[in-house]
Amino acid sequence: MIEPVNVSLESLNLMTLSPMLIPIIGALLILVIDIIKGGLDKTLYVVISLLFLLIDFSVLIDSAGIFSQDGIMMGVFNVMLIDGLAILSQFIIVVASMLFIPLALTHKRFHEFSYPEFFALFLFMISGFQFMVATDNLILVFVGLETSSLALYTLVAMHNRDKSFEAAVKYFTMGALAAGFYSFGAMVFYALTGSVEINQIAAVLAANKYVDIGYVLVGVVFMLASFGFKLSLVPFHTWAPDVYEGASASMAGFMSIVPKIAAFVVAMRLFEFLIHSGVIWLEVVLYAFVVITMTAANIWALVQTDVKRMLAYSSVSHAGFVMAAILIGTTQSNSALFLYWVLFSFTNLGSFSMLWISRQKHLPEHQRTDHTYDKFAGMVQTSPVAASIMGLFMLSLAGVPPFALFWGKLYMISSAVTGGYTVLALIMALNSAIAGYYYLKLIVYMFMKEPVMGNDGHVYVSNATIALKSIIGFAAIGTIFAFIALNPLLELITAFVYNSGY
Amino acid sequence: MIDHILSILIFFPALAAMLGFIIHKDSIRAYGVAVATIEFALSLWLWFAFDSNASGMQFMEQLPLVPAFGINYILGVDGISLFIIILASFFTMIGIASLTDTKNEKNMIVTLLFLQMTMAGVFSALDAIVFYVFWELSLVPMLYIIGAWGGPLRIYASVKFFLYTFAGSLVMLVGMLFMAYLYYQATGAWSFSILEWYRLILPESFQLWLFVAFFIGFAIKVPMFPFHTWLPYAHGQAPTIGSVILAAILLKMGTYAFIRFSLPMFPDASVFFMFPIAVLAIIMVIYTAMVAYAQEDIKQVVAYSSVSHMGIIILGTFALNVEGISGSIFLMIGHGLVSGALFLLVGVIYDRRHTKMMSEFGGLAHVMPRYATIFGLMLMASVGLPLTVNFVGEFLSLLGFYKQSHILTLLAGTAIIVGAIYMLAAYKKMFFGTVTNEKNANLKDVNRRELLALIPLSIITIWLGIYPKPVLDPINNSVESIVQLMHDKSTTSEAKSRIPNLVKNVETAKTSEQGAH
Repeated sequence: MIEPVNVSLESLNLMTLSPMLIPIIGALLILVIDIIKGGLDKTLYVVISLLFLLIDFSVLIDSAGIFSQDGIMMGVFNVMLIDGLAILSQFIIVVASMLFIPLALTHKRFHEFSYPEFFALFLFMISGFQFMVATDNLILVFVGLETSSLALYTLVAMHNRDKSFEAAVKYFTMGALAAGFYSFGAMVFYALTGSVEINQIAAVLAANKYVDIGYVLVGVVFMLASFGFKLSLVPFHTWAPDVYEGASASMAGFMSIVPKIAAFVVAMRLFEFLIHSGVIWLEVVLYAFVVITMTAANIWALVQTDVKRMLAYSSVSHAGFVMAAILIGTTQSNSALFLYWVLFSFTNLGSFSMLWISRQKHLPEHQRTDHTYDKFAGMVQTSPVAASIMGLFMLSLAGVPPFALFWGKLYMISSAVTGGYTVLALIMALNSAIAGYYYLKLIVYMFMKEPVMGNDGHVYVSNATIALKSIIGFAAIGTIFAFIALNPLLELITAFVYNSGY
Repeated sequence: MIDHILSILIFFPALAAMLGFIIHKDSIRAYGVAVATIEFALSLWLWFAFDSNASGMQFMEQLPLVPAFGINYILGVDGISLFIIILASFFTMIGIASLTDTKNEKNMIVTLLFLQMTMAGVFSALDAIVFYVFWELSLVPMLYIIGAWGGPLRIYASVKFFLYTFAGSLVMLVGMLFMAYLYYQATGAWSFSILEWYRLILPESFQLWLFVAFFIGFAIKVPMFPFHTWLPYAHGQAPTIGSVILAAILLKMGTYAFIRFSLPMFPDASVFFMFPIAVLAIIMVIYTAMVAYAQEDIKQVVAYSSVSHMGIIILGTFALNVEGISGSIFLMIGHGLVSGALFLLVGVIYDRRHTKMMSEFGGLAHVMPRYATIFGLMLMASVGLPLTVNFVGEFLSLLGFYKQSHILTLLAGTAIIVGAIYMLAAYKKMFFGTVTNEKNANLKDVNRRELLALIPLSIITIWLGIYPKPVLDPINNSVESIVQLMHDKSTTSEAKSRIPNLVKNVETAKTSEQGAH
C-alpha cells in the first residue's frame, strides 16, 4: 500500500514561487476584469500590468536580501532554485518589462493593445521566463520556455500586419523545432544519468568520469541547436531579422533582450559544467559559434537598408559577443554577461523605442519598409533632439566611451583576456570596429545628409506621448550616466554570481 | 580652485557647450570666443602655477570611478603635457575667433567646445581608461565637423577617419586590458593608473606584444606610414577649422601617447623596435615629402608636409634619449603652431576664391602683400629655418637620433631639403610672377578677423624660435625623469646601452668637476 504523502508546508518553501505567481495573478485579474466589463481602455491594463510588475520587483528585492544572507534557496520539492543568477536575470526581465509595457501608450491606435489578452499574455510570458531562470530542473525549464514562447508568438502576431503573421508563423515553426531539439537533448541526459536536474546530471557524469562521452555529445548537440535558435546564434539565426521586422518595433526591442537573458542563464547552467569538466569538443564548437555569430551577423548588418533589420542583425551579433562569456566561464565573464545585458537592455530598448515613436501607419510612396535609412536623412535639421538621442544610442551600441555599452564591452573583453582567450579578445575588439560602421551609417544619414523632400520632421515623433518620451529619456540618461552606477552594479553582480558558484 | 584646475579645464568647455544651446544663434560666436578665451586664460594660469623645476606630475586629482575594477579618475600634468594643453586651448580660441561664416554656426561652435573638452581630457588623463574615454570621444566631434561642413567627399572622408582610428584604438584597448591583467597578476589588485603601470617591470616577450598592440592604436592616429591613408582625405575634405584642429592637436595625441605609454612602460620593446620604427618614420618623411611635391592642391601640399614632419617627431621620440624626446615634444608644439597656421592661411585664400588649386593662382604677392608675408614666414618655419620654432625641435630630434644612427639621421636630414624644395616651389607658383588670372587681380588682403589669429601665431613662431628656454626647460625636466625611468626599468643589455643613464652622467660630471679643481 502506498504511504500517504506527508509534506509539511514549511519544507515546500513557497516563498520561492512568489515572484512567478505575481504576474500570473495579474494576468488572471486582467482576464477577470475583461469578463466583468469589456471594452475598457488600454491605459487601465497598462497600469495594472505595471503595478504587478512593480510588486514582482519588490518581491525580487526581498528574495535578493534573503539570498545575500542565507545563500542559495531551494523550494517546492527542490525544483525551484533561487540563486544569484536567478535573481539577477529576473531583475533584468522584470525591469525590461516595466520599461516595455508603457510603450503601449502610443499616440496612434494599434490593433494589439485594444485586446486585454495582450496584457494577460504578456504577464504569463514574464512568469514563464521567471520559471525558466529560477530552476535547474530541465522539465521546469521546458515548461517555462514553452509558456513564454507560445505567449510571445501570439504577441507578435497580434500586431496585425501581413509581415507580422509571417513573422509569428516563422517564429512558431522555428520555436517548435527548437523545443523538439530541447526535449530530445533533455531525454538523452535523462537516459544517461537518470535525473533531470542539472546538478545531479553533473554529479553523475563526473562520478562515472564521462564514460558515455559519445552520448553526452549527442545530448549537447541537441541542446546547442535548441539554444542556438533561442539565442539566434548563427547558423540558427535566420528567423531573427524577419521576426524583428514583422513584430512591432517595441516588441522587437523586447525580444532582443528578455527572452535571450532567460536562455543565457539556462545555457550558463547547462554548458558551463560541461566546459569545466573538459568536454573539449563543446569548447571548440562554442568558440566557433561565438566567432561566427559575431562576425557574420556584423557583415550582414552592413548591407541592410532598413534600420530595424540592421538592429536585428546587430542584436544577433551582440548575442554572439555575450555568448563568449559562457565559453570563457569564469566568475568575471559571467558577471560581465549580466553587466553587459543590463547596459545593453537600456541602450537597445532605447533605440527600438526611437523606431517605435516614428512608426507610420501608412507608408509614403518612396518608402518600401517602415524604417529605411532614407527616412532618417537630415533628421538633425528637423528634430535635433530626437536625432541626438538616436545618435547617442548608436554610439553606445558601437561601444564608444563613456556611454553605457562601452563598459560592458570593456569588462567582457577584459574577462576574455583574463581567461586566457587573448585571440578571442582581439576578435571581439575588431568586431566592435566592424559594427561601428553600420551604427555610424545611421548617424551619417541623420546628421550629414539632406532631408528627403516633403519630410517636415513630424514623422520622427508622430507616435510620441509623454509615456514614450519618458521611457526614452530614462534610457538616454541611463546610457549617458552609466559610469556613475557602474561600481555598485558591478559589485552587486559579482557578489551574486560568485555566491551562486559560477 | 587651482587644485582642480585640470578638471575645470576639461569640464568647463563641456558645460559651456551644453548651455550654448540656449544662446541665440546671432550671438553664438561672441559666446564661443568668450568661453574659449576663459579656457585659454585658465590654461595660462596653469602654466603660471606650474613648478618648472619639478619633473613629476603636478595638480594631481584622484576620484574613484569603478574601484571594483581599478578604474579611477586620475588627472595630472607634467612638462610633457602642459604645453600641448595650452596649445589646444589656444587653437580652440583662435579657431573660433577666426571662424569664417558657416551655416549652422551654432552647431559648429558647440561641437568645437566639446572637442576642446576631449583634447584637455586626453592630455591630462593619468588613468588608461579615462585616457581611452577622451581619446575615443574626440572622434565624434571631428566626425561631425568633417561630415557636416566638409567638401564633396565629406562622408567618405569622415567615416574613413572614424573607422580607421576606432579600429586601431580597439586593439589598443585589448592591450590596455592585458596590461591591467598583468598588473593584477603581479600585485593582486586591478589598476589602470598609468603611474602604477610605470612601476611594473615586464619580461621582454610580453613587452613586445603589448608594444605592438599600443603601437597600432597610436600609429594610426599619428598617422604613420603605412597607416596614413585616412589623413589626406580627412584634410582634403575637412573645413578649415577641422583641418587646423586635426593637424595642430589631434595628431599630437598619437605622438604624445607614445611618450606617455609606450616608452616608459615598454623600454626594452622600444629599443627592440627602434630601428624598424625609425625606418618607417624615414619612409614617412621622404615618401610623403615627394608626394607633397606632386600635389596640385595647396591644401594637400600642407597636409602631406604635415605628415612628413610628423615623421621627424616619431624619429626624435624613438631616439630614446633626452635630446631626442625633448626635441620631439618641442617639435609637436612647433608643428602644431605652424601647420595650424598654414591650414588657416589656406583657408584664407579658399574663402576668397573657393579653390585650392595652385594653378589658379600666381603673383598673389602683388595683390595680397601682407598675406604673402605671413605665408612666407610660416612656410619658412615649416621648412625649419633657424630662428623659427620648428628649427629648434627638428634640430634636437635629429641630434638625438644622430646618437643612435648616423645614416638614418642623414637620410632624415635630406628630407628637410626636399621639404624646402616643394614648399618653395609651391610658394613660387602661388605668389611670384605676374597676376595671370583675372579673378585674382582684385583679391582683398587679410582682414582683421584673420589677422587676429595669424599675428599671435607669427609672434609665437618667432619668439619660440629665438628663445625656447621657458618652454624647453619644463619639457627637459620631465623628459629626464622618463629617460631615467626607462633606463632603470629596462632588462636587456641592449636597452641599457641604448637608453642613457642620467644619474651616472651627473656623477661623472661631478667627478670631472672635482678633477678639474
